[in-house]
Amino acid sequence: MTERSEYRQARWDVPLIFEKSRAGTTSHQYPEVEDEIRKTVGALDSLIPKAMQREKEPEIPEVSELQVIRHFTRLSQMNFSVSTGTYPLGSCTMKYNPVINDWAANLDGFAWLHPSQDVATSQGALELMWELEQWLTEITGMDAVTLQPAAGAQGEYTGVMLIREYHRCITHECEQRNEMLIPDAAHGTNPASAAMAGYKVVVVPSSEDGLVNIDALKTAAGPKTAGLMLTNPNTIGVFEKDIEEIADIVHDAGGLLYYDGANLNAIMGITRPGDMGFDVVHMNLHKSFSTPHGGGGPGAGAVGVKDELTDFLPVPRIVRRSDGCFDWDYDYPRTIGKVHGYFGNFGMLVRAYAYIYSLGKRGIRTVAENAVLNANYVGHHVSAIPGFTMPYSKDAPRMHECVISAEDLLNETGVSAMNVAKRLLDFGVHAPTVYFPLIVPEALMIEPTETESKQELDVLISAFRDISEEAYTNPEKVKGAPYSTAVRHLDEYRAAHPKTLTLSWRMLQKQSDTEA
Amino acid sequence: MDFKHPWLPLTEDVKQEMLKSIGRNNLDELFSNIPEKFRLNRDLDIADSHTEIEVARRMQELAEKNEPADSGRVFLGDGLGMHYIPSATKSLAGRSEFVTAYTSYQPEISQGMLQTLFEYQSLMAELLGIDVVNSSMYDMASALAEAILMSVRVKKKRNLVLVPGTISPVHWRVVKTYTEPLGIDIQEIDYERKTGQMNLGDLESRLSENVAAVYLENPSYLGFIEVGVDRINELVHEANALLIAGVDIMSMGIMRPPGDYGADIVVAEGQGLGSPMSYGGPLLGVFGCIDDMKLIRQLPGRLVGMTRTSDEPFKRGFVLTLSPREQHIRREKATSNICSNQALIAVTAAIDTSLLGPAGFREIGETITYKSHYAANRLNALSDVHAPSIGDAFWKEFVVSFKGGVSAQSVHEGLLERGIHGGKILTSEFPDLGESMLISVTEIHTKDAIDELVNAINQIVNDGGGK
Repeated sequence: MTERSEYRQARWDVPLIFEKSRAGTTSHQYPEVEDEIRKTVGALDSLIPKAMQREKEPEIPEVSELQVIRHFTRLSQMNFSVSTGTYPLGSCTMKYNPVINDWAANLDGFAWLHPSQDVATSQGALELMWELEQWLTEITGMDAVTLQPAAGAQGEYTGVMLIREYHRCITHECEQRNEMLIPDAAHGTNPASAAMAGYKVVVVPSSEDGLVNIDALKTAAGPKTAGLMLTNPNTIGVFEKDIEEIADIVHDAGGLLYYDGANLNAIMGITRPGDMGFDVVHMNLHKSFSTPHGGGGPGAGAVGVKDELTDFLPVPRIVRRSDGCFDWDYDYPRTIGKVHGYFGNFGMLVRAYAYIYSLGKRGIRTVAENAVLNANYVGHHVSAIPGFTMPYSKDAPRMHECVISAEDLLNETGVSAMNVAKRLLDFGVHAPTVYFPLIVPEALMIEPTETESKQELDVLISAFRDISEEAYTNPEKVKGAPYSTAVRHLDEYRAAHPKTLTLSWRMLQKQSDTEA
Repeated sequence: MDFKHPWLPLTEDVKQEMLKSIGRNNLDELFSNIPEKFRLNRDLDIADSHTEIEVARRMQELAEKNEPADSGRVFLGDGLGMHYIPSATKSLAGRSEFVTAYTSYQPEISQGMLQTLFEYQSLMAELLGIDVVNSSMYDMASALAEAILMSVRVKKKRNLVLVPGTISPVHWRVVKTYTEPLGIDIQEIDYERKTGQMNLGDLESRLSENVAAVYLENPSYLGFIEVGVDRINELVHEANALLIAGVDIMSMGIMRPPGDYGADIVVAEGQGLGSPMSYGGPLLGVFGCIDDMKLIRQLPGRLVGMTRTSDEPFKRGFVLTLSPREQHIRREKATSNICSNQALIAVTAAIDTSLLGPAGFREIGETITYKSHYAANRLNALSDVHAPSIGDAFWKEFVVSFKGGVSAQSVHEGLLERGIHGGKILTSEFPDLGESMLISVTEIHTKDAIDELVNAINQIVNDGGGK
């Protein structure tokens, strides 16, 4: 059955919750404070200095419990998710988020644990984190892992800071090595993270094959180089086959090699960054290890390192004492410090643990194999459709994702990658990532992931086919998309214009006051 | 050979069919770009696979090795919110349409998330008395660090930021990590030893043309309320610096909002709004600023804006906006590297705040005031116990100190033996306070539990530990 569904998204007219407010309505109550407590402590005015008391109640809505339920239930129905349909958003690894993992993270024994509790009362949490560190160390081929960074970008920042500390403390070249090499096809977080750590970003162009340009890398690498931040497989979904030479060039120049783990899903159990010569790696647990994306977060960005960098990892680190008990150890004088208030997004770590525990060694490898097969299947069939091509390294297999170009389609019909993306929404699938990487004109970056069945992939491919046909016969139809979504195309210019910029109910009220 | 798993739909014959249709003979061919010498060619040394019931058992087993705070006998705050979570909050925030989406790059099919985040921004803005709140940072610690980076971008050529001497040691460490590579100087302002209040003379003497911002906390990490906020506001703005305020969002039903005393940038920990502490994460960095384009253009993180459809009939809608500040467009010139944030925790906070309403915020604010003062009052009545040992006016958390040669560690251990978890021990990080701990009391602590805590401390301190 490959027929596509006549998908329609719920279209509720949901006012802002503020607009439903009616003074005096209650949706949650707290118990009365006992008289004896009141008698002991006296009046509130004697406890909170008058000057610091709130004079005017916050103007937040007063609604009933059912109104809240209906409001957010309806809003949820106007939100596309992995649970709703295929979500081939390249680089984001929108795989199925197993329900059991959410259940586990919500167990009181995890959810109601305070991070400052005595370790004697949190041995289960520490054991889970310790074991997860071991597994991630093995999967990436590194020597040690920290689970503290709260997201991929914070993992990058942590990793780059580790490189900086290495050059400061070990080689004493921190001042001199102030450049971070970053391929032009890299994710935007790479240069942003390097800049936050004080580095100057040096862009390395891609080769004609869409891989790292070795000659350009040789020219760029030198005594100022702190490191190279590399995504492998890269953002066009191709494995950097010259990785050994790349690693040698960077290391010979005195730099370290950083692995952006955004695309780790493709290689788990097949090859390991540590074996390829990477010194630091970050993993997005919300991608490869399936913790839910939550509409934008929370994620988790574990970082793995080789031995020479372990001294610099964030504190505290988990240690296993000789009696088998686990403990937090802050005694690492060369640490970069802390990047998170506590130990990271523990709730996500519970989910990642359950994920790996369920799939096991064979399952993790099968995940990579099936993700790669699905991406190649989609890439092969979509690039055969008129108007679509798959530029760069034509003969090389794709890994976890494929980047399709709609350049021909644009030239021949006037229909752009963005138009295609919007039309896909009418077919009940999420759009791929568009216009990234920048080296592919009219890019549509498709990452199906291993949890999509062949039937779903065929629906996706047939949607591309139908859109191509439409583009050649009735391009205006495609350009006017989407039609079946909760709202039609929205005015982004108006949203960002200083005169109409509205970022809160408060700003909206101010605007209507001004208009009145 | 055939490995089966509920999350992996491709069967062996389907795989063969797919390979054939793309002109490949076997799976291996798809990995031909990986040099042979880097192939693992062995099984990973990790667990074997497990069925769901086995996973459930293992997770339960690990969870049971912990002693969680739902007992109502754990008196820790330490920057987090230990609060009852209404069932409606939990149920709505768990809806998988919210949980399993990513950032709303396609607004036409993501109005639910976008409107909810717009409402989050709006609700937080009302609570804080400020105009703009972004759609979340990782936690309060990194939010504060980013607020400091932002203040230095806004106040170009100034690179000194002053923070209270009673700042949370954890916030201090995160701030240091983020500011050190950029050469930003962070200095602590002295505080009055008895009251904890910011020493205004010291503040004045440190203010200069090099100060980009001053950070104040209310209530402070040590629980006391900073009452000199209006004077601090005057001093800071006379020096043409920005005022950053860190507050406890749960106190906003009864405490003056920071927008009211001139804060330009506001940060808070938002986890208490409907999310459990979850061993310290995921948390929620609430981050806001005043309606001033000079500041808004330097904001880190995502922003949801209200707009309307491009074509008539005009219909209200929501989009991600002002994204040219962000890493995916501005790359190394972005205001921050943040990409994934804590959106689901923000969604949870929006739902929870809607449920609580102004009355709920007032009730919880008052309840915590009464209960925490009751605990301090009773503890202070014990001999050799002093509470609060810094400041008089406080909210939720307070410092209790022990005299007569009793260490905070021995009190802690004695409490644990009695099935109670005391507060965070402050002795090494705040040596001025002597043998002390930071106790936190919220609405989840019953009078009986507080009385038990007091009686247990009395036994430990005054009856030779009662062991």
